[in-house]
Amino acid sequence: MTPHMLTRSLDRSATIFLAVVAACGILIPLSNLLLPAGSFLQVPTYLVALWGKYVCYAILALSIDLIWGYCGILSLGHGAFFALGGYAMGMYLMRQIGTRGVYGNPVLPDFMVFLNYSKLPWTWYGFDMFWFAALMVLVVPGLLAFCFGWLAFRSRVTGVYLSIITQAMTYALLLAFFRNDFGFGGNNGLTDFKDILGFNVQAEGTRAALFALSCLALIAGFLICRAIVSSKLGKVLIAVRDAESRTRFLGYRVESYKLFVFTVSACMAGVAGALYVPQVGIINPSEFAPGNSIEAVIWVAVGGRGTLVGAALGAVVVNYAKTFFTSGVLAPYWLFMLGALFILVTLLLPKGIVGTFNAWWDSSKEKRAATMASAAAEDGVAEPKMAE
Amino acid sequence: MPAHLSARLCSLALSFFLIAFALPALAGPFEDAVAKFANDDYSDTDEAIGVVASSGNPLAFPIISALQDGRLMADPDSKKVYVTGTDGKSIDAVTGQPVATVPDSASAVRLNNRLRRSVDAAIGSLTLQSPDVGTRLQAAQSVFKSHEETALEAVDGALAKETNKSVKAALGDARAAILLFKPDATEVEKLEAVATLKARGDQEALALLTGMGDQPASVTKAAASAIGSIQNSLAIWSMVQNAWYGLSLGSVLLLAAIGLAITFGVMGVINMAHGEMVMIGAYTTFVVQEVIRTRYPGLFDYSLLIAVPLAFVVAGAIGVLIERSIIRFLYGRPLETLLATWGLSLVLQQAVRTMFGPTNREVGNPSWMSGAFELGQITITYNRLWILVFTLAVFAILLAMLRYTALGLEMRAVTQNRRMAASMGIATSRVDALTFGLGSGIAGIAGVALSQIDNVSPNLGQSYIIDSFMVVVFGGVGNLWGTLVGAFTLGIANKFLEPVAGAVLGKIAILVLIILFIQKRPRGLFALKGRAVEA
Repeated sequence: MTPHMLTRSLDRSATIFLAVVAACGILIPLSNLLLPAGSFLQVPTYLVALWGKYVCYAILALSIDLIWGYCGILSLGHGAFFALGGYAMGMYLMRQIGTRGVYGNPVLPDFMVFLNYSKLPWTWYGFDMFWFAALMVLVVPGLLAFCFGWLAFRSRVTGVYLSIITQAMTYALLLAFFRNDFGFGGNNGLTDFKDILGFNVQAEGTRAALFALSCLALIAGFLICRAIVSSKLGKVLIAVRDAESRTRFLGYRVESYKLFVFTVSACMAGVAGALYVPQVGIINPSEFAPGNSIEAVIWVAVGGRGTLVGAALGAVVVNYAKTFFTSGVLAPYWLFMLGALFILVTLLLPKGIVGTFNAWWDSSKEKRAATMASAAAEDGVAEPKMAE
Repeated sequence: MPAHLSARLCSLALSFFLIAFALPALAGPFEDAVAKFANDDYSDTDEAIGVVASSGNPLAFPIISALQDGRLMADPDSKKVYVTGTDGKSIDAVTGQPVATVPDSASAVRLNNRLRRSVDAAIGSLTLQSPDVGTRLQAAQSVFKSHEETALEAVDGALAKETNKSVKAALGDARAAILLFKPDATEVEKLEAVATLKARGDQEALALLTGMGDQPASVTKAAASAIGSIQNSLAIWSMVQNAWYGLSLGSVLLLAAIGLAITFGVMGVINMAHGEMVMIGAYTTFVVQEVIRTRYPGLFDYSLLIAVPLAFVVAGAIGVLIERSIIRFLYGRPLETLLATWGLSLVLQQAVRTMFGPTNREVGNPSWMSGAFELGQITITYNRLWILVFTLAVFAILLAMLRYTALGLEMRAVTQNRRMAASMGIATSRVDALTFGLGSGIAGIAGVALSQIDNVSPNLGQSYIIDSFMVVVFGGVGNLWGTLVGAFTLGIANKFLEPVAGAVLGKIAILVLIILFIQKRPRGLFALKGRAVEA
């Protein structure tokens, strides 16, 4: 990525967004660690973990916006990639427990001892090393997305058909991971983590570091997405979104473009999941539930699809609202609100918050320019000719 | 297991518990009669013989024949009675459970000449020659199970007089079972017995043949081939059973998917709230039954007949309302429709949860839908059978409606070419609303049927939505026949995979197969061709 490309790809909202995320990533951990507990400006640890969760959701939303907003692929199974990344990280964390588990087995995690495993399944090999787990966080979701996308895009499965089979994919994984003999902890999932890279996952310092890291990942993910969508490749993606057949007739290999962006997006979702797991302390098969993936899509819709900033914003806003409403007396009404959000956003706010705001800003700017121009014309100054 | 069934089982278990612990005197007449043997009183014994012999209990025959041979041991202290077999092993006469040793205080139940005659009569005629066909059949089956050789004479006598076909067959089987285990039966008799058992061909015959012990070589050989052929026929029956389960599952899938085939297939609208229409139908059934229970209990058997049209109207009306208020603004934007209807499904679920509570509600089976009957070696429950019939009826009516009514004609016209249809004067927006209402209404009546076999809870619809979409996508959009074939193919494939791979793995395999199938035929089994494809 050249510096020129970077500057070109950053507009006003992107700059503000990056500044806000960077500021949060630095200030929140600092305030949590340095200020005395109970002080007015100190951010309590539970809030750090909570907002860390939102940041991970924001990365997931970015990955969905990349394919849905810019390439028209509505995946209803992105939660699967998120969960797979989470499981890869969870497996590393499980193996770090070592002899501190309830059964004290140095190699086998507790649930395997409980289920009478005699040796470690091959799927768990290598997960005692962080670099390997970190690689798998990218490789496993990426590979699944590549294979799935290769089959689907090559045979031109598009639109709602693709949505439905991605949903079937995550549903199949949900069923598989719920099985005890599948070897990934069954319905209890993976939990009771102790260490990450030698640091206690419960410690305030680790939590603050994970939060800062999540913000960093969000910034990196955002820059990657920006670079993709503002490059020539990005223009082709938008062409595919708006007129797939026409793009194909122009000689572009549509399926290759789609496959590339789908795989990148899945890797991003995997990273989001991997950062999510140590912060919430558990990963279980319910993360694969089709409902979760659809909910992630609505974050993007609320924030504004095809804006990237909006996706991240939508994820934070909707999840903040969810936390706020489900913890109070309004809890029974949360699903009404979420459902209404789905309906109202698609009906009344199809561009989302950021898209609507941008449209309003642009039109008001035009209006200002127009009034200034007409004022100038009345003053008798010749209007500059518009270049075609 | 449906909630009402488990509730019934619970109450059944509870009543057993009460009987067993609180009121021993309430035990059945058979148990009372057996206890009388321990009284060592001739007239009591006589009475007991009569009751036991006519009880139809499978232990009746061993008890009476043991009495005849002086092998019926009674303990006057505990009033317990034991049957000691010819091989010296003993069982409890009431429960049939083997007992290690008979207490020393027990002695053989004594007989006098009068009683001996009544024992003979009991064995010979009271059961096997009873005027009641059911009793004779039970007696013959009891002899078949016990295959005591002492009964051979009585069986032969009964066989000579028997006119009822099924009793005769049962007697023949009983005779064969006795001969097979009779040490001094001739080889020819034993070979005949093996052939008879082979013809019977069920699990019990298989058990007798595999457990028959030492036999002449020719008999062993014949038995081995009989075992092979019985196993083959059992394998075929289990395939028939799987096929039936598959048809049954297929009918459920078809019922859930058929409304979707209209909204998604014909209109191209992704209705993620389709499952909630099914749920609404199920709750309509619940409300109807609730009203009937409290006001008109006599009408309970007609509750489903009332619920079907009502569910159609309720779900259909809600469908029209949804189409007018949400969907019509989203035509041509299928992905947005998907999200909006998903949101709608959350709202509907939560609304039902608020109104009826989050737990399962009880919906009962009317009498004509409960129970089961045997067909060959498989059991068919009436509710599954009725659902299959009902599904096919709904399918046929829908097909006829699309083919022969004015609305059907208009619907097909709008599907094939919306603009042209509009130019011909068809009010396309009215047709859209009615089509969506029709699809929702059919989902509603699917809910009535599904309330009979599934839990009626706010999550009822969610469990069907992915499966229904799979059926429609697999069968091909815009073609009801595709939906029919798709539903039954998936149902049967699922049930045949289940015994091999297990229920969950089978389901995963089906999903993976569909995902792969879509790659091969992106528009399903029966795809529309021509211009409609790009629309």
